[in-house]
Amino acid sequence: MIIDLQRFVASERSCWSELESALDKLEADPNHHMSLEALRRFHLLYERTAADLAKITTFSAEPETRRYLENLVARAYGEIHETRERRTRLHVAHWLMRTLPQTFRQHTRAFYVSLAITLAGCSFGGLAILLDPGAKPVLMPFPHLQQDPAKRVAEEEKAHSDRLAGQKTSFSAFLMTHNIRISILTMAMGMSWGVGTVVLLFYNGVTLGAVAVDYVRAGQLKFLLGWLLPHGVVEIPAILIAGQAGLVLAFALVGWGNRSPFKVRLRTVSGDVVTLIFGVGLLLVWAGIVEAFFSQYHEPVLPYSVKIAFGLVELVLLILFLARSGKT
Amino acid sequence: MRTQSLQIRTPEGILFSQLLAGPVTRFLAWFIDLMCIGTVISTFGFALVLLQLLSPDLAAAIGTLTYFAVSVGYGVVFEWFWRGQTIGKKLLRLRVVDAEALRLQFSQIVLRNLLRFVDSLPLFYFVGGLVCWFSPKSQRLGDIAANTVVVRLPRLVEPDLDQLLAGKFNSLRLHPHLCARLRQRVSTAEAAVVLQALLRRDDFDLQDRIDLFAQLADHFRAKVEFPAEAVADITDEQYLRNLADVIFRARAFQEESKLATQSSPAKAQPHL
Repeated sequence: MIIDLQRFVASERSCWSELESALDKLEADPNHHMSLEALRRFHLLYERTAADLAKITTFSAEPETRRYLENLVARAYGEIHETRERRTRLHVAHWLMRTLPQTFRQHTRAFYVSLAITLAGCSFGGLAILLDPGAKPVLMPFPHLQQDPAKRVAEEEKAHSDRLAGQKTSFSAFLMTHNIRISILTMAMGMSWGVGTVVLLFYNGVTLGAVAVDYVRAGQLKFLLGWLLPHGVVEIPAILIAGQAGLVLAFALVGWGNRSPFKVRLRTVSGDVVTLIFGVGLLLVWAGIVEAFFSQYHEPVLPYSVKIAFGLVELVLLILFLARSGKT
Repeated sequence: MRTQSLQIRTPEGILFSQLLAGPVTRFLAWFIDLMCIGTVISTFGFALVLLQLLSPDLAAAIGTLTYFAVSVGYGVVFEWFWRGQTIGKKLLRLRVVDAEALRLQFSQIVLRNLLRFVDSLPLFYFVGGLVCWFSPKSQRLGDIAANTVVVRLPRLVEPDLDQLLAGKFNSLRLHPHLCARLRQRVSTAEAAVVLQALLRRDDFDLQDRIDLFAQLADHFRAKVEFPAEAVADITDEQYLRNLADVIFRARAFQEESKLATQSSPAKAQPHL
């Protein structure tokens, strides 16, 4: 049997148009709330249109009308069958003080793995520079790190003029965007079953370990701490959290100890990954400001003790925030 | 295996499908978006020239931050406010949707856009394109992570059946029993072929059009044989029009067969 297409379209068109305008309204305003009556009507229209689709698929292969109905049913299906919480407004304070630290704590295993990989990289870098100081250009290929640490410290401490004068804001913006890019890449590399994330974390650790050992060997521990701690205590954990996000993604992809289907695993963690990476972004904005406006000043302009104390206070606050905030 | 459409079966048992967008169309949409991003950034760059006179440092900082925000946030902002569409996707009639056809969440949009950092490696979305090419649902890594797909939005044009079916004399309708048999024997797929051939008739070259309608007419003539007077002097195309009229306008068919039944006894009655 083939249905009378003209008659069918004529009799059902009003119902389709009503559903279409209801959908347009819903899609145009994410805060739109329906009354119970309107909801019942919406559901009825959806069911009727779905039934029409079934009818036209079975009794007439006319593709245009079928496609039109499929499009309508697909749009309405998403609205009716969605069970996930619908957040239309972001409560910044709630997100910052509760959601972010809670999400971090929910995935501490991934954080510890991220930390362990970075520490392994640090050990490797430190050991490599200790055994072969000539490997400096390979281990830390940045021009400002190639200099002899003692010479650099002497130059920095003797400097009479502010070498970053007139560049601090742009330097800060550069640091923020560059570090956020690296963090996003570290997180995104989780989709390579975590291999890319592990490589980036390890490499970051290698550079850090090599720099630290290079300065300690040269007897410049105090300078190193004064230089790195103010921004490093925020920047390094931020990269570790980006690694954590990447590993969360990788764990969901691999699915060790989780028998849920692949799609369900990814769906479960996607919100957490986004929360973590937004948190990383915030931390790196702060780290960028501190690095450009504070970390680059040394004695005699700024005593190392003040810089080290500032860094330690930041570290304690960050640990408290991540460990305690949002606990009821 | 790579599929052309995303098929969803609702709990009510209704099956619907959406056409999936392939890597080439998606690449073109991305290219348009890239142009838009470039335009926004350069326009902003011109505006910063004035600020540069006052504070070069601040202007450079704002430039760096703007470039970053626009290049990373463009997709997120547009896809969130335009329900899965950017300018490029809108122009090419594409839309990002949830792979289960549920409502697109903000976290999904952010994740698929952040994963561009890997998809775009090493150049021109090589990784993303490759994954998309081999993925059964044409998903790049960002889509797989966020559980999204990109679908094509068909132009929703109601078929103009009136110009094809209505208001003309149909010689086949003079034989209601054969019309009924025809409606019984023609499958929905065959009916759709006839309708599509008629709707698109102006798109064909003249010879192709004649050949196609001849083949179709032969196919349907073999299904039900109408008397010679019903099909004499009509072209293959007209024959198919009459056929479509019979198939798709059952009501008219029923009304006319009623008329035919009412008129036949009178015709059969002997003239006394």
